[in-house]
Amino acid sequence: MRDRPRRLGPPAWLHGWLRRWRNSELVYDFRRSPAAIAAAVVGGALLLAAAGAPWVAPQDPFDLASLELLDAFKPPAWLPDGARHYLLGTDGQGRDVLSVVLYGTRLSVAIGVAAVLLAILFGVATGLAAGFAGGAVDAFLMRVADVQLSFPAILVALLIAGVARDLFPHGGQDVGARIALPVLVVAIAAASWPQYARTVRGSTLVEKNREYVLAARVIGVSPLRIVLTHVLPNVLGPVYVLATVNVATAIITEATLSFLGVGVPPTTPSLGTLIRIGNDFLLSGEWWIVVFPGAALLALALSINLLGDWLRDALNPRLR
Amino acid sequence: MNPPLLQVNRLRVEFATRGGPLLALDDVSLSIDAGEILGVVGESGAGKSLTGAAVIGLIEPPGRIRGGEILLDGRRIDDLPPQEMRRLRGRRIGAIFQDPLTSLNPLYTVGRQLVETIRTHLPLGAAAARQRALDLLAATGIPSPSERYDHYPHQFSGGMRQRIVIALALAAEPSLLIADEPTTALDVSIQAQVIDLLRRLCREHGTAVMLVTHDMGVIAETADRIAVMYAGRIIEIGPAADVIHRPRHPYTVGLMGSIPRFDDGVARLAQIDGAMPRLDAIPTGCAFHPRCTRAVDRCRDERPELDGPGRDGNHAVACWVAS
Amino acid sequence: MNALPNATDAADDAPVVRAIDIARHFDVSPPWIDRVLRRGGRRLVRAVDGVSFEIGRGETFALVGESGCGKSTVARMLVGLERPDRGRVEFLGADLQAGSTAAARARRGRLQVIFQDPYASLDPRWRVGSIIGEPLRAAGLAPGAGATAERVAELLRQVGLSPADATKFPHQFSGGQRQRISIARALAARPQMLVCDEPTSALDVSVQAQVLNLLQDLQRDLRLTLLFISHNLGVVHHIAHRVGVMYLGRVVELAPRRRLFATPRHPYTRMLLDAIPDLEMSGRPRSPVSGEVPSALAPPPGCAFHPRCPHADARCRSEVPREIVEAGADGPAMVACHAVEERRIGVAAAAT
Repeated sequence: MRDRPRRLGPPAWLHGWLRRWRNSELVYDFRRSPAAIAAAVVGGALLLAAAGAPWVAPQDPFDLASLELLDAFKPPAWLPDGARHYLLGTDGQGRDVLSVVLYGTRLSVAIGVAAVLLAILFGVATGLAAGFAGGAVDAFLMRVADVQLSFPAILVALLIAGVARDLFPHGGQDVGARIALPVLVVAIAAASWPQYARTVRGSTLVEKNREYVLAARVIGVSPLRIVLTHVLPNVLGPVYVLATVNVATAIITEATLSFLGVGVPPTTPSLGTLIRIGNDFLLSGEWWIVVFPGAALLALALSINLLGDWLRDALNPRLR
Repeated sequence: MNPPLLQVNRLRVEFATRGGPLLALDDVSLSIDAGEILGVVGESGAGKSLTGAAVIGLIEPPGRIRGGEILLDGRRIDDLPPQEMRRLRGRRIGAIFQDPLTSLNPLYTVGRQLVETIRTHLPLGAAAARQRALDLLAATGIPSPSERYDHYPHQFSGGMRQRIVIALALAAEPSLLIADEPTTALDVSIQAQVIDLLRRLCREHGTAVMLVTHDMGVIAETADRIAVMYAGRIIEIGPAADVIHRPRHPYTVGLMGSIPRFDDGVARLAQIDGAMPRLDAIPTGCAFHPRCTRAVDRCRDERPELDGPGRDGNHAVACWVAS
Repeated sequence: MNALPNATDAADDAPVVRAIDIARHFDVSPPWIDRVLRRGGRRLVRAVDGVSFEIGRGETFALVGESGCGKSTVARMLVGLERPDRGRVEFLGADLQAGSTAAARARRGRLQVIFQDPYASLDPRWRVGSIIGEPLRAAGLAPGAGATAERVAELLRQVGLSPADATKFPHQFSGGQRQRISIARALAARPQMLVCDEPTSALDVSVQAQVLNLLQDLQRDLRLTLLFISHNLGVVHHIAHRVGVMYLGRVVELAPRRRLFATPRHPYTRMLLDAIPDLEMSGRPRSPVSGEVPSALAPPPGCAFHPRCPHADARCRSEVPREIVEAGADGPAMVACHAVEERRIGVAAAAT
């Protein structure tokens, strides 16, 4: 649908859309929720810094040339032994912990978001198909989802990683590193798509009996068009909430998998790898190597979860 | 002339929204005598359900009573602490709502719900309460009460459930009953039965009723007096036959004209153009003037008040043109 | 505009739609495994159990009944949302369900529907203009954005709204206005017939009057045929030419409007008319109404109304009454009642 745009400055639809967004219930609700604002500020800052890691970080931890082995195990800057340009200290190989945390967050978030997007794509499509088609298709797809749910993400990751290793036996370390990331994304997505499928299926079952869908059927619109243009926009509400919380879960899952050594290869540090590495040094006194990555993970997950909670309450018409 | 059982004086109820407070009830005044049935009629958004909710103390934030007073037997009840109001509810004032499905707790048998209500408000022992519950079930026309006593709400049909709801409301012998659209969700034939029951029981027990509905037919069969509401105000009030057959306010005239009747003379229903104004766009002066065919300048500038008490046979209207 | 074969347009007194002994059952049996373990049988709800009628061009035929009588299911079978398990629906001379050719689809597109709930009939995320224009696109009748917008504007004016409303969303309109939008959408592809499933039941009385007047005007101007489903006898009396009364899946009486309201024959029709609240306050005595509509899962044997009927006898309890058609000055009338057939009930004037 296109309205003929009236040329006054920005195209009319964008202007209208922005105005509606600014005046919408959601934004109003956001402004009145201190938890949401705090979460958005903290999480947003972290995400921005992480996204801009190549420009923000004082050091490139992947550049072996820039590492000074002599600077290894330096404590954070405010402690007696610390140096100012290693703000949060260094690890066992002289890598600046701040830089490593920024790069690690970047990778973790990238993996988390990619996994969630993949899960949404697959889960929403499955849910729509199951809900709208009904009958045997519905039963089959939901059983597949049930089976999927009985496998925890870690198991799936191990499974897929093992299979991949068998498929590429000759590649060795290099191939292992290259397929590790996609494998991780697929594994996390595989573990989370069923919840989208279930939610969307439930909403689809409700929406498909609504009169506007029936009207579209009587009009003669093809079922595919009905699903994509009528049902889909109206069932996405809960998906947004799920997705937000899911990003946090995905990041933590990735961290867990990396911590256990089946996630990202140790050469590309993510928050999980850092925590694992730092964990070994925790009791020997170099606490900063594990605490700061851990704090970053906590802050990220917490702010995303708080935003997700706020979004769920804000979108719930009954609570208004 | 006895003082009325219920007296509502200049009640104002407002809702807090992000655009500012909206006045949903604007200076509503009415009275109900003991044993009388007052029909409160209006279309959606007129504020009739809200009036009933205010009387029984069930206005929830963001709504609140902003002004005016509600008196039961001469004593103010709108400013009672929640504890006292709870005691009043059920014992002196009963309520029936529209949807019998959600008015009953699906997890308890109807017998248990009845007994719980009875024993909350009356000092009866378990056996006496059970007997009273059975009597109530029989009085409301439930067949085989002793069997049905142990049934759950879902085992009853819609009409039966509404009878049980009536039984519950009358369990503690309240002097006033607020009935909010009690028959709207029921089929026509069941509706007739339930109206008959309501009218008969209330006459027998001397219970006054505030019957809130949009269905003029139901009101015609049941009410002694009728109050017509529009945009949060009462615009006409008087004896039922007068309001229905000799309406004075142009809105009431239009309303009666738009109801399809069973005579063959009417080719086209009388229609009132436009719609009831939203709460945030109530016109100045008389709220009905933009839609009124007889409006004059004064209607836009000054808000008319009811030209009489609207009781003891008086047929009052709030209109510059009709007075 | 797609051209229809000549035969269907020629005979103006051929019925526009015919329902021929249609029936629809819903299987509400417990899942297979429960049935096996508990050795229970299938459970069927016979929502519609043999309904026949026809509607002529320009006529308004009303189906009345209380909840559970199956009138909404009949409406859905008439528009093709449900397939009859028995019998068939003929529209413009051909089976409604048959054929998936473009011509068959085009023919089906000339039958549109208006639903009861003004809040659920319009997709809340679409603009009104797109909603009204959707039938044009679906039927391939939209020659371009400009022409579509013009047709949408014309339709909006036709239903009493402003063309500027096309850019708004449904939630910005009141219930009555949304029904007008539904009507505009139904008219977009120039249908010959509209099925209206309780279109005014969710509206206030004054708004209902507006919508009923609008439907009558449109019917007159566009020579529309209407199937009007309702439980409100007052509305039916106002708008219908012929009326069919349904009870538990069957039509028990069918007659021209005046005759049905003046001299109802079937005991259920009489009971319904008697139960209408008396706005005239004539204080007329009411015969006590007994019982409630039985569950459609276990309909009474024989005549479904016999448990509530003051005239029921042994034959009523065992044998389903057949439809007795008789001619009349204003058209044929049908009643399905043993007592009427056996002349055990006199023809009494209705008490309204």
